[in-house]
Amino acid sequence: MNAPNESRRSTITRPFYWSVWREIWENHSVWIVPAIVSAIVLLGSLASASYLPKRRQNALLLDEMHRRAAIEAPYDLAAIMLLITAFIVGLFYCLDALHGERRDRSILFWKSLPVSDLTTVLSKATIPLVVIPLVTFVITVVTQFLMLLISTAVLAPSGLAGTTFQSFNLFRESLVLLYGLITIALWHAPVYAWALLVSGWARRATFLWAVLPPLAIGFFEKVTFNTTHFASMIADRIVGFAPEAFSYSPHTTPLMTPGKYLSSPGLWIGLIFAVAFVVAAIRLRRYRGAL
Amino acid sequence: MACIEARHLRKAFGPTVALGDVDLTVNEGRILGIIGPNGAGKTTLLNAVLGLTSYEGELKVLGRDPWKSRDELMRDVSFIADVAVLPRWIRVTQLLDYVAGVHPKFDRAKAENFLAKTTIKRTSKVRHLSKGMVAQLHLALVMAIDAKLLVLDEPTLGLDILFRKQFYDSLLNDYFDGGRTIIVTTHQVEEVQEVLTDLIFINHGRIVLQCSMEEFESRYVEVMVNPDQLAAARTLKPLQERNVFGRSVLLFEDVDLAQISALGEVRRPSIADLFVAVMTKEKP
Repeated sequence: MNAPNESRRSTITRPFYWSVWREIWENHSVWIVPAIVSAIVLLGSLASASYLPKRRQNALLLDEMHRRAAIEAPYDLAAIMLLITAFIVGLFYCLDALHGERRDRSILFWKSLPVSDLTTVLSKATIPLVVIPLVTFVITVVTQFLMLLISTAVLAPSGLAGTTFQSFNLFRESLVLLYGLITIALWHAPVYAWALLVSGWARRATFLWAVLPPLAIGFFEKVTFNTTHFASMIADRIVGFAPEAFSYSPHTTPLMTPGKYLSSPGLWIGLIFAVAFVVAAIRLRRYRGAL
Repeated sequence: MACIEARHLRKAFGPTVALGDVDLTVNEGRILGIIGPNGAGKTTLLNAVLGLTSYEGELKVLGRDPWKSRDELMRDVSFIADVAVLPRWIRVTQLLDYVAGVHPKFDRAKAENFLAKTTIKRTSKVRHLSKGMVAQLHLALVMAIDAKLLVLDEPTLGLDILFRKQFYDSLLNDYFDGGRTIIVTTHQVEEVQEVLTDLIFINHGRIVLQCSMEEFESRYVEVMVNPDQLAAARTLKPLQERNVFGRSVLLFEDVDLAQISALGEVRRPSIADLFVAVMTKEKP
């Protein structure tokens, strides 16, 4: 008598999928903040539109490499601003992810549902590692496309519109951006995982708990041994992806070097730390209730 | 079949013993009230049952170890801690989407039907609902889950009397079907007296009284004693004596009904009165 009843009511559930949506519903900032930065960038390019023909004429006098750099510069700047925004948004998301649910006591509700701590923590880690990079990709490409439209419209009367496309290739730029986003996300994974762990552990002031211990270690090392190994290790964790994932030479656009990136020990050591922090955060959530 | 089986259940927070050696069996289809003063260990006991806290001793809920397999257990267990736990930022539709998406035994149509009887708008955020509406919303979710065990920890705290009455009426009429088990803790004892099938008093982390409501009714009587028979009544060792409008009301345990009815007007005691009697006896 029980069996048909159960099969009727049992439906296919997707706890992970819905848990990721749950995070996006709660944290509008993961798309609103990049959208605001994009709006500022577009306003900026609209505001500077009147100088654009003059600037372009000057750029065309330069040799090819400098010309390309000058024409590409605003697009690169937009992308870099959105990448930095993504990192900040991801970091602050993680610092609150396992703290907010304890602060507002909703953890009691979430734990009353058949969703494991593993699923919950992984869905939260997915936000900075997958969702924010995807959102950043879409917003950056759309921003650059709109910048391209603005510049084309402004340059069309003077017949200079075509010169943009000789130097700037939105498709290639997007490919580099996607590659960049993936390499940055994986490189920063231990940073996000550390922030997640602290947000699950600290009772308050998650930002201070996440930032002060590394600062203290760096300070201690400098004072005691007068060395800066720890500080440079942290710095490498923030920006060290660049020399591994790209090869820079003066006056050319950076080349993607996935082979070098994938074989760099920094990537794998970082990922081992990231996994360890996430596992610790999963274990910790089991013991955690409302604050 | 036993829904909950606890043997030598113990939980201490540092030097503070929250639960000391609790033995408890709750059979399927019962509605158990856990009554105790603040800090008696009620919530700790419920948290152990729900897999929210670790413990010493043995505990099986629906055949599972709650601490080791909380997520599996929660397919068959629903839980309302108190009305504050629904996240304030979520919209009603999002909440329905989420629970439908993660819970194999959630019947969305049932929840929608229940909500249709309320004034809760689907597009509202929880933060914009009144306390009573949040309780209705939570109840709508829980009643649409085909669970075997429902745990209510102070479910009606801070609600007005209309909501409280409606809350228990809905549970009894539309939810409880004899196959389910319900555990409820509350300070509003008089409101659940008619609802319960079993009763536990808990104090200082120990069970101090455990009986079914049938036993409760046959075991305890209250007599409004005629003034001239007060001395005689006192020789029968009442559990407690109190004054109501200048007359003495004595509470007796396991006494001969014929003998006692000669002393005055016999009444059924309330759980609250028995609770006070047991707890004041416990104090020293």
